[in-house]
Amino acid sequence: MKAQTNNGEGAETMQPYMSVKNVSHVYPNGVTAVKDIDLDIYEGEVVAILGSNGSGKTTLVKHFNGLLTPTKGEITVGGLNTKKEKISKLSSLVGYVFQNPNHQTFLPSVRKELEYGCTNLKMSESEMEERVNKAIELFELEDKLEDNPFDLNSSQRKEVAMASIMAVSPKVIVLDEPTTGQDHKGCKRVLDLVRMFKEHGHIVVLITHDMHLIGELNCRTIVMNQSRKIADDQADIVFSHKGIMKEAGLQPPQITSFANDLSNLDSSKTYLTVDSILSWIKENKEKKEEAVQIGSGS
Amino acid sequence: MAEQAIEVTNLTFEYPDTEEPVLKDISFSIDYGEILGIIGPTGAGKSTLAMCVNGLVPQVINGEMEGDIKVKGMNVHESNVAAMSEHVGFVFQEPENQLSQMTIEEEIAFGMGNLGVPREEMLGRIKDALSQVSLEGFEERSPLALSGGQQQRLAIAAVLAMRPTIMIMDEPTSMLDPKGKNEVYDVLKNLKAYGMTGIIIDHEVERIAAYCDKVLVLDGGEVQMFGTTEEVFTKIDRLHELTLHAPQVTEFLSQYNQQFDGKLDLATTVKKAVEVYESANK
Repeated sequence: MKAQTNNGEGAETMQPYMSVKNVSHVYPNGVTAVKDIDLDIYEGEVVAILGSNGSGKTTLVKHFNGLLTPTKGEITVGGLNTKKEKISKLSSLVGYVFQNPNHQTFLPSVRKELEYGCTNLKMSESEMEERVNKAIELFELEDKLEDNPFDLNSSQRKEVAMASIMAVSPKVIVLDEPTTGQDHKGCKRVLDLVRMFKEHGHIVVLITHDMHLIGELNCRTIVMNQSRKIADDQADIVFSHKGIMKEAGLQPPQITSFANDLSNLDSSKTYLTVDSILSWIKENKEKKEEAVQIGSGS
Repeated sequence: MAEQAIEVTNLTFEYPDTEEPVLKDISFSIDYGEILGIIGPTGAGKSTLAMCVNGLVPQVINGEMEGDIKVKGMNVHESNVAAMSEHVGFVFQEPENQLSQMTIEEEIAFGMGNLGVPREEMLGRIKDALSQVSLEGFEERSPLALSGGQQQRLAIAAVLAMRPTIMIMDEPTSMLDPKGKNEVYDVLKNLKAYGMTGIIIDHEVERIAAYCDKVLVLDGGEVQMFGTTEEVFTKIDRLHELTLHAPQVTEFLSQYNQQFDGKLDLATTVKKAVEVYESANK
């Protein structure tokens, strides 16, 4: 499949916020972890990166804030070349929420945790307070501010990590496996958060294996396999490419397999959610009824 | 009732220094050859319950326990974890945490050695176990050189070589990528064909519906639902009350019935759901 961005409307005429040009990364041990990647990410996009462990997903996103710099090619973020900027500058533009919240939680209270990222940005006391309060409100953390993050359960800790990122408010938010080990409620919450980040004008990059999550978002989806980008399109289009799915060892959500096996659905479409099938059935029934009415009226 | 593979009666357990028991008056049983899925929100007590069945709780992980657990008719309290390991195998969430040896062969021999399996018998069992998880020919490799899915299959092989009657798996695939998940669930399918009794904890209800005979829903330390997979997953309103959900196809059929006044049976697998829907919409 050819790389294309058909998510942001009029994306072709806009400048990308983040641009990855012909990037390869070879680790010091000689392993090539990403190879010949071209990728433009635009304002307002939610981008999911799928692929097996070891396919290069994490290596790729570590380039976004300069944690890694490309061995070949270059990356610009917000107009800055990642090779030439300090990580501290880039990390105010690109924030990460790691898979394991314990890796980024280390202060004795939730409030201190929320303030930490801002103190590193050298902003005024009042601005920090404003940002932290906004994050507290959005994540409904009012009752937990004095709690030690390690007394919270893993999904709450993850939310604290996300709230800290929200307070720093980087343009790009990278979420690494946000739903792993989460129960249904936790997964639903992550879905809401991704939508909320988007509404607040952030670009969200998701590294995930969670096909239900991508199905619900139906966002731009990049598939990595053996260090290369093998697909880049909207989720329903990617999920309909059996060859790519098989190559990357991916299975669509159960409801997609169900829809594919039904004989009377619109076979030109790929259905990613329960609701999408129900609305098709509804439309189709209405059309039939109209046709019957027209038929009986003439 | 004839002897069951696992019989839990009025089990209550409380960790030290907590205000409330984590498990409250739990009773259920599973027969030989059945696979039980345990689902429930985070913090419901699922892992604690699983660890009660092989005696890890309360023998290694302390606390106060009341009630009875019988495995193959034997009282787990009166046995110890080491003795139970001959009957009940346990596979944890993170494969790396349960591997300790230099080669795959040694890894599988390790548990058997602890059971006192004679050396000449070990080789045969290693071969069998590796073939059950499709890792033949990997004997001399290091466990750490395997992918996540392969490591988890190795952990399963090491347990299988001990020839337990019962296998417990606590979120065995949550750390794995899609390929790894499929690999592990394929192994599970095999085990079922061999007549193994099992308990699986997993959040992926579609998988549970496809592989389990019975489902137990735990919330707040109490059994909220227990029955066959069909019985549990077709009570959608109850599942939603517990912040859980049924497999997507079941959710679809239920909503279809509501929106279009249908009377479709609530199937829980893709194959059956397609049959149900197609026969009503010819």
